[in-house]
Amino acid sequence: MSEFLQHLVNMLVLGGTYALLGIGLTLIFGIMNVVNFTHGVLYTFGAYIMFIVVNQLGLNFFLALPVAVVAGWLLGAAVELILLRPLRGSDIDTTMLVMIGAWIAMQSGTLWIWGGVAKSVATPFPDEPLVLGSVSVSWLRLFVLAAAALLILATYFLVNRTKLGCAMRATFQDQDTASLMGVNVDLIYTSTFAIGSSLAAAAGALLGPVYVIFPQMGDLAAVKAFAIVILGGLGNITGAVIGGFILALAEELGAGYVSSGYRDAMGFLIIIAVLIFKPTGLFARSERVG
Amino acid sequence: MMVQAVALKVEQVAIRFGGLVALSNLNFTVGEGEIVSLIGPNGAGKTTAFNVITGFLRPTHGTVSYRGTTLNGLKPHEIADFGLIRTFQRSSVFPNDTVYDNLMIGLHRQGRTGLLEAILGLPRARISERRLHQRAGELLEWIGLHRRAFDPAGSLSYGEQRLVGVALALAAEPSMLLLDEPVSGMNASETQDFVELVRKIRGRGVTILLVEHDMPMVMSVSDRIVVLNYGRIIAEGPPQVIRNDPAVIEAYLGQGAMHA
Amino acid sequence: MRSGITILTVAAFASIPLWLRDPYLMNALITTGIFIIAAMSLNLLLGFTGQLSLGHVAFFGIGAYVSALTSLGFDVPLPGDLRIVHDPWPPIAGFALAVVIAGLCGYFVGRLSFRVRGAYFVIVTISFAEVVRLVALNWVELTQGPLALNNISSIALRLPGFGELVLRTKLQNYYLVLAVAVAAYALISRLVKSHFGRAMRGLMENEALATSVGIDVTRTLTLAAVVSAAIAGAAGSLYAHYIRIIDPEVFAFINTVTMVIMVISGGKGSLAGPVVGGLIFGLMPVFLRPIMTPEAQWIAYGGLLIVILFVLPRGIVPSLMQRFAKRRQEVRAVRSVAFSKSSAEEHA
Repeated sequence: MSEFLQHLVNMLVLGGTYALLGIGLTLIFGIMNVVNFTHGVLYTFGAYIMFIVVNQLGLNFFLALPVAVVAGWLLGAAVELILLRPLRGSDIDTTMLVMIGAWIAMQSGTLWIWGGVAKSVATPFPDEPLVLGSVSVSWLRLFVLAAAALLILATYFLVNRTKLGCAMRATFQDQDTASLMGVNVDLIYTSTFAIGSSLAAAAGALLGPVYVIFPQMGDLAAVKAFAIVILGGLGNITGAVIGGFILALAEELGAGYVSSGYRDAMGFLIIIAVLIFKPTGLFARSERVG
Repeated sequence: MMVQAVALKVEQVAIRFGGLVALSNLNFTVGEGEIVSLIGPNGAGKTTAFNVITGFLRPTHGTVSYRGTTLNGLKPHEIADFGLIRTFQRSSVFPNDTVYDNLMIGLHRQGRTGLLEAILGLPRARISERRLHQRAGELLEWIGLHRRAFDPAGSLSYGEQRLVGVALALAAEPSMLLLDEPVSGMNASETQDFVELVRKIRGRGVTILLVEHDMPMVMSVSDRIVVLNYGRIIAEGPPQVIRNDPAVIEAYLGQGAMHA
Repeated sequence: MRSGITILTVAAFASIPLWLRDPYLMNALITTGIFIIAAMSLNLLLGFTGQLSLGHVAFFGIGAYVSALTSLGFDVPLPGDLRIVHDPWPPIAGFALAVVIAGLCGYFVGRLSFRVRGAYFVIVTISFAEVVRLVALNWVELTQGPLALNNISSIALRLPGFGELVLRTKLQNYYLVLAVAVAAYALISRLVKSHFGRAMRGLMENEALATSVGIDVTRTLTLAAVVSAAIAGAAGSLYAHYIRIIDPEVFAFINTVTMVIMVISGGKGSLAGPVVGGLIFGLMPVFLRPIMTPEAQWIAYGGLLIVILFVLPRGIVPSLMQRFAKRRQEVRAVRSVAFSKSSAEEHA
């Protein structure tokens, strides 16, 4: 039983960061209809920013997180402006392939700059975990959970209570009408991509110190993000949050009770199963046909 | 009056999208060899009815049957195999292919050979291909598009594309043809030519159901007219009767008075 | 005219070993050739049927593993105290089995994946490939996992009356790959120009219209998937018996990306596209190796892919052909103007 509770705790921590990953991608995929293959790279980028700021520049760990978020935001905006905006209106295949090209170039760039050896980020937390009854959780993980929850709430606030968020939701529902109402669709697209990317970077910045950092870490993260988006339904933020936790639970239980080697397969299997049996996701309302 | 064999039978068909009732209690038939037109103001449900009949939408209630076979639940290509072929109003052609190739694709039902035979170039496959090429050429001449045969279909004028769409449908050897706004984008003389074409097609034994907005065209070509408004049939009958039906005139009031 | 060029090209390729002696370049040509076969098979799905399948490497890898395991034999325990034991078969049987099983996988993946379209289809295909990779990595009893299957034997051809010819040298493997490549090209070419090819094209251009004239979407797409997967499996088998050692890295997404780059840069939807794109991107590492590290090369590939998509979105071969077509039209136009001018002067 305590083993199960331990898994549950791990699941909460993991689920929070997965939720961030998922929200970021569901915004991009949902509003812009772009299969964003660079999402994983942004995740990696966020982790490496933490490494640079904390290990190499020697700055405060808690300040490094906002730096990573902002850096992710900037990189995302740059990618959108340079690569996506000129292609606005092209078919989805071309956009996808350009994203793949960007992903290859950026990931190879990471490998080139920092090498393939895994790095770890120095953290200011005590090594002794916090023990609650039969369950133990490290302080770092608690911080990760808290930070993730904070960022999720901030995103909700942004999307549901601000003018920008309103414009984003309008663009998601009907791009043409939104632009007729005065929404600057170009600006919304760039903002959406930047925000989504900053969330991916945040997820990487939070999980990087928990595990180790290496250039290919974003690949799996990207797949999991897609799994979450598909589970929760395109553009559905709440769905992404729930999907993030479901994926984390599936991984924890799969790793604990089946085999740790197949842990990462959980994400893929979920994708395949959902797309085959309920392509609109678990939470989408039934759509009008035709 | 002779009793005609019934080709298409639409019985109590209804379809709703969430709270919107797009069609309700649709009942009509089309006899073999008849030309029937489906008319009505914008949003009356004409294209929806088409989509239900040809398998692109599933009705909430009711049945559609063709020559006695129920079509409900069948996929569009299966319905096509019964000889029911439709055209589309928008994107009516394969734009990146030449007009000739468009017809070759339309001849799909005529060209079924085994995969292995096709790949190995066995005689049966080669004979079949030759026949298809011949048929495509004939159709081009018959419909009058031979001068544009090797132009990409997407480069033709809107009206010419409509014509290619009809030729495509004819290539599939329909026993019943459903035309979705076939003369939209055509000028008066093109429309007149098209009316002649429709009569020629019927002369070859094809039953025709068409959806149209162009009143003069509808009046001159139809045996019978079915009028839809708000998803329901409000009138049905030969052109002279419909022309003077008060319910029909009222439905069109505000859309411009009906004149023909 | 077209088939003349094809014959000349094949002859040119056939003559290469006669003057090229460098074993390193030969090796590059052989592996490039294998990848070109795989790229051609991807082009069938991507360029001629309009489906962006990014899991294609799964069929390549499945072909490689099936062929290797068939020729090596295996002894695998199953749950419930069962074992599957397979004695080694000749590699040529491995090749045949690779084609069949890869094709079968293409059938199942096709039937399942084509329930969804567009971006979702892309994601399903990627996921499928990754699951296969993870199985190859973890089912160690069968695949040796990361320790790799090695000592795979080369393909041997048994010709009645001639005895057995084991294809061990680079020269022999080159001709084997060339032969399979030509066969694959011919197969795809005939398929695309046939009745089925027209159905695929119709689906790609206007699916609703295609179904309305009787084209069965699922059947057509599945057929394309089966043929495509089978050819990729053949390429995988060739790879296993040439390199003679395979590990789960054969399923890496980067291999799919390589094939995609080859197809897109060369021109999807053109028969020669994957060949041209394949030669460029398959041989580029050879020439870049002395001046760039592998990471830097990949940065270059990513950048090059982006540039090609911006500048020549239809790919090299179609763009060149368009250029020639325009030239021919211009020449004709100039000639006809000159003609009418001179006849006008005559009548003046």
